[in-house]
Amino acid sequence: MADFEVPSIKEDIIVPHINPGVMEQSGPFVAKPDHQEALGFPGELVDNWQEAAVAKMGDMLKKYRSLKVFMDSCVKCGACTDKCHYFIGTADPKNMPVGRQDLFRKVYRRYFTLAGKFFPKLVGASDFTEEVLDDWYNYFHQCSECRRCSVYCPYGIDTAEITMAAREIMASIGKGMKYSNEIIGKVYKIGNNLGLPEPALADTLEGLEEEVEDDTGVAVKYPLDQKGAEILLVTPSADFFAEPHVDGLIGYGKVFHEAGVSWTLSSKASEAANFGLFIGSYENMRRISLRIREAAIDLGVKRLIFGECGHAWRVAYSFLNTLAGPFDFLDQRYPIPQHILEFTLGELEKGSLNIDKSLNDDMTLTFHDSCNVARASRIGSAPGSQFETPRAVIKAVCNNFVDMRADTIKEGTFCCGGGGGLLTDDLMEVRVKGALPRMTALKDVVENEGVTHMAAICAICKSQFSKVLPYYGFGMDQIVSVHQLVSNALILKGSEQESEQAEAEA
Amino acid sequence: MAAIELNGKSYEVDEEGYLADLNQWDEDIAKEMAKLDGAELTDAHWEVINFLREYYEEYQIAPAVRVLTKAIGKKLGKDKGNSKYLYELFPYGPAKQACKYAGLPKPTGCV
Repeated sequence: MADFEVPSIKEDIIVPHINPGVMEQSGPFVAKPDHQEALGFPGELVDNWQEAAVAKMGDMLKKYRSLKVFMDSCVKCGACTDKCHYFIGTADPKNMPVGRQDLFRKVYRRYFTLAGKFFPKLVGASDFTEEVLDDWYNYFHQCSECRRCSVYCPYGIDTAEITMAAREIMASIGKGMKYSNEIIGKVYKIGNNLGLPEPALADTLEGLEEEVEDDTGVAVKYPLDQKGAEILLVTPSADFFAEPHVDGLIGYGKVFHEAGVSWTLSSKASEAANFGLFIGSYENMRRISLRIREAAIDLGVKRLIFGECGHAWRVAYSFLNTLAGPFDFLDQRYPIPQHILEFTLGELEKGSLNIDKSLNDDMTLTFHDSCNVARASRIGSAPGSQFETPRAVIKAVCNNFVDMRADTIKEGTFCCGGGGGLLTDDLMEVRVKGALPRMTALKDVVENEGVTHMAAICAICKSQFSKVLPYYGFGMDQIVSVHQLVSNALILKGSEQESEQAEAEA
Repeated sequence: MAAIELNGKSYEVDEEGYLADLNQWDEDIAKEMAKLDGAELTDAHWEVINFLREYYEEYQIAPAVRVLTKAIGKKLGKDKGNSKYLYELFPYGPAKQACKYAGLPKPTGCV
């Protein structure tokens, strides 16, 4: 099924012997002129690209002090070398975090340090040649910006920021990536990554209402553009489109219904994802974020809640107020923004949801911490709540839950292999190989703890796993949404299941 | 841009083999694309492909998976109204593979 060698899962996560250059040809399709121009970038590689790239790097070093610190502070201690899932899966040393950083660092040293200007060879500095640009393009698209390496770096060097800077420089000289840039263009033109126009969205939601009513006998609503609703839900458009995402969306709607709050989706902000983050473009990240602000104002909502999307939550939690604030028009008694899991956990704790955990007894669950949630946010106010909230929700609706081994979860979680703008078929080899550590940890609990399903709270993770699980001998339906589990166990007031429950108890 | 030559006609396709111009689509190119993937289109495939084209014409997007399974279930019986059936027909994924044969653009995003 693959035109490359799929790694085999070993007993343990093994640090491979290096295989230099093995992934040097693996890069994504380059953005077309119209994809580039819609985002404010030149259509194709500019004539003076080298000069322009160095000038852009200079600007960025001034603007982002962190970038300069990261360039100067690496002591080559080696702590990061075995921490990247793409290195573990491919064995290419340029996929070691320090190897990836050095692609940027050697250009930085050549043009921005005294030693590199005069004695380039002594300090590993290099001109920004076409060969270097090719390496940049391919290897900075073999990083999912998951930030696992930064957890282990004694200086806290964040390779994700270096990758973002490199991608921003490349886009600014006309060499952007097709997948991310085409998608951002659709967000501007249509409102979401998929390009799902308002009538299709309305039709899809209507279909979900029918489905839930058929299943339960209860008319749960999935409202769109409903002015005056209390809550605006911003969720990834994959939730409308794909499985298992849609089962999560069904779950959010049921929870809101039972909680008795009014809510709405927006056709303008029909996307939580913000690929501006992936391409390192502040301007695009801001423009994407502002849609959410505009939608919230237009609809007159009081609260803002995000659905299950990893990097959207990073942008929302860490940057939204700077990018699109102040949100002084929202109800200040609630978190701005709030994660759907925090909302659901609140309802579970209040006891407003009638849960029958045995309805999930056909599964034994484990949980995949999504990188952007795990290492860049909280879900709630307490430290570590980004790990505890999802687990608390799963345990409240399922009897069988087992964690994977400790160094592969929480702050040490491995990326699914498809994050950071790599979830595209032209990078399938990188995606499959990058999933190896997670697949190894999963296999361990499947074989030793009887785990049948893995739950996730990110649209990218869900799509990536449903694609790569079969390469490793698992079923594509072994990945589930956390709110799908909530949905399975939640008995709606006035539903057929509630009558059955009452009969069983009588 | 690449092209597929068939019956003296040239069909422009993108890097992944999706038709560049929806209006160029005809049944022959659908069959040819399937042949290039080593597949043969049966009546069951055509049910899906025709529905995708009708839906696209109305909404300018491929249908969401639940919209598709529901429509197929209505047409062909409830046992076929699920994604398992669709994956049997289109092993590379109904959204992507069936869209390609139907001449629709590839769905983008986190899917």
